[in-house]
Amino acid sequence: MLCLLFFLVTAIHAELCQPDGENAFKVRLSIRTALGDNAYAWDTNEEYLFKAMVAFSMRKVPNRETTEISHVLVCNVTQRVSFWFVVTDPLKNHTLPAVEVQTAIRMNRNRINGAFFLNDQTLEFLKIPSTLAPPTDPSVPIWIIIFGVIFCIVIVAVMLLILSGIRQRRRMSKGPTEMDDSEDKCENMITIENGIPCDPLDTKGGHINDAFMTEDERLTPL
Amino acid sequence: MEKARPLWANPLQFVFACISYAVGLGNVWRFPYLCQMYGGGSFLVPYIIMLVVEGMPLLYLELAVGQRMRQGSIGAWRTISPYLGGVGLASVVASFFLSMYYNIINAWAFWYLLHSFQDPLPWSVCPLNSNRTGYDEECEKASSTQYFWYRKTLNISPSIQDSGGVQWEQALCLLLAWLVVYLCILRGTESTGKVVYFTALLPYCVLIIYLVRGLTLHGATNGLAYMFTPKLEQLANPKAWINAATQIFFSLGLGFGSLIAFASYNQPSTNCQKHAIIVSLINSSTSIFASVVTFSIYGFKATFNYESCLNKVILLLTNSFDLEDGFLTASNLEQVKGYLASAFPGKYSEVLPQIRNCSLESELATAVQGTGLSFIVYTEAIKNMAASQLWSVLYFFMLLMLGIGSMLGNTAAILTPLTDSKVISSHLPKEAVSGLVCLVNCVIGLVFTMEAGNYWFDIFNDYAATLPLLLIVLVEIVAVCYVFGLRRFESDLKAMTGRTLNWYWKAMWAGVSPLLIISLFVFYLSDYILTGTLQYQAWDASQGQLVTKDYPLYALAIIGLLVASSTMCIPLVALGTFIVRCLKRGDTPPVA
Repeated sequence: MLCLLFFLVTAIHAELCQPDGENAFKVRLSIRTALGDNAYAWDTNEEYLFKAMVAFSMRKVPNRETTEISHVLVCNVTQRVSFWFVVTDPLKNHTLPAVEVQTAIRMNRNRINGAFFLNDQTLEFLKIPSTLAPPTDPSVPIWIIIFGVIFCIVIVAVMLLILSGIRQRRRMSKGPTEMDDSEDKCENMITIENGIPCDPLDTKGGHINDAFMTEDERLTPL
Repeated sequence: MEKARPLWANPLQFVFACISYAVGLGNVWRFPYLCQMYGGGSFLVPYIIMLVVEGMPLLYLELAVGQRMRQGSIGAWRTISPYLGGVGLASVVASFFLSMYYNIINAWAFWYLLHSFQDPLPWSVCPLNSNRTGYDEECEKASSTQYFWYRKTLNISPSIQDSGGVQWEQALCLLLAWLVVYLCILRGTESTGKVVYFTALLPYCVLIIYLVRGLTLHGATNGLAYMFTPKLEQLANPKAWINAATQIFFSLGLGFGSLIAFASYNQPSTNCQKHAIIVSLINSSTSIFASVVTFSIYGFKATFNYESCLNKVILLLTNSFDLEDGFLTASNLEQVKGYLASAFPGKYSEVLPQIRNCSLESELATAVQGTGLSFIVYTEAIKNMAASQLWSVLYFFMLLMLGIGSMLGNTAAILTPLTDSKVISSHLPKEAVSGLVCLVNCVIGLVFTMEAGNYWFDIFNDYAATLPLLLIVLVEIVAVCYVFGLRRFESDLKAMTGRTLNWYWKAMWAGVSPLLIISLFVFYLSDYILTGTLQYQAWDASQGQLVTKDYPLYALAIIGLLVASSTMCIPLVALGTFIVRCLKRGDTPPVA
């Protein structure tokens, strides 16, 4: 009699939890991808932990605070590791609506991931989309801060150069006389070199009258 | 009474100025592309031949003219012959166009540099869509680096007709770029001479660091092997030779007047022959060096993508057939696929369409040049490196140095003739002239910060400074050899530097180089004529890729105007001078 009851119960359970069953969700784990050499083997104890986590998530939903671990059914475990699960009501005759399970899992996703050392990509609940974390946006974008710094430095440098140029020119014109030979002017010139002050081959305009420039002699020496 | 012409503090500054001008972005993003397209290692053969036959002679010519005439391009060519002042003017116009659009690249480099200080890098992840369940649609279809370039940086419009508004972030970066350039050219050679130490040397430091990092990356050897394997049959392809000649020509920055401007600040006795050889050799070796770095990065990126592709296939098969996690690896993939196909034919044929064929060669074969290489491909490789913020900062800093170095030359080409002219220099101090030039360029450059700005940038990049330059340099050679007289020029050089001119230079100037340039010119013209309508690549946000579109009529008109405005200077000024002379002398014809 008891055996018959046992078989009846497991049969009902089997019917409630089926691949593509009503309100059933498929879960896929990629433990080796996530942990490499530290990967643990997936056995019935891990399954028990999983059922506990799902029950924990369901207990946070209003009206479902009495969900027990035994109400979570797991079936079709493959080598992948993947399996299907459903959450049943306390009387175990029907499964809880998918929407409730979905909301519960989504809200506690981080805790579930943490229990298994996995993340959203390695512990997948198919058909339960995860909420992606938005990138942290500081109130003032970083690039504007750095831009402001560089901008100010450049403006200050430009101002300094312009002002020192103006000061130099004022000193030059206030200086000894206008008749200062080019030597002096050259020393105050913006160039630093201490080379030839006057240009021996100075052929710039001013010495050359364009109107007469065509013919033969330009400046062929000798 | 004249102010003495400002001079470089020492010859090293002059060499560095030329190097920092010639070594620019083209070395980093055009040469590796050409190398890849035209036969890898075997492309070096036409490249070096063209360097010796075309690059060095033309560079020497420009430096010699500048050093001899001691004026900017307008004055120098007017001294050679008053009818040829138009050549100088054409150079200035071409330089003006170049500096207008070139600085936007520096603005983009600044933008990326400023954004490199975040963790994670903004181009490494796609932003989320509105209900936070997945990623933004455009970003999913393209890649995160393409999304960041086309949407966040350019905010590009679907076609050139939709101009959109000015993007304030880009406008700010452009303003900063122009301020930095202004800071460097403010005081003429004094400030430029100091800045070029940095802009010439720092890129090499970064390249060396990148070389070491690049060679140690996983998969770098794939890229290097791919690049350097010579495909000797490409030597028979005329396009390889033409592209080698064009690359040498444009890489050295001939014809803009910048080299003439730099050389005009030299001591007359400087040995410009030695400098010409040094600068052209350094320029070419930098190209080759940069392409070694680029190809190791390519190799890393291709290997990374190939392995991701394989992992995706593995995941797909593992999930579909519920195989044990970790069972499928890259090495047993083919065997297992065969087994699955025979054991579960029905299910396998369902999954088959989704399985992509992953091929390392097709990843390596994606050849990219220009802004796409730097801002999309390189960023994609950088985001996968460890400590990616550091590498990103270094890389964009290097791009910035290269770009600013070239800008110094461009602005020198414009400013030197302006400051040489007595009219302007007597009324305005040098700082004001530079400031005005920078301001005008900045305001016009705001066009490139609009949503359709990148399309206008491509127009300028392809047409403003290509064909006109060939013509300008051709007229330059002909002017020096035949109008001024090669013998006279030779004796002038000998008096100036004290060295006789080697027969090699004379042969090149008088014969080989003009012929080369004429053939390049003919090739370019025929290429334009044969392609018929000009087209451009537009970004389609819905598909997440580039599509080809035709230029509208007004864009074609502007292209024509760009090309005409610099080339027409030459005949117009010659004609104008002729008329003015005729009028001045009355009926007496001028003595030729």
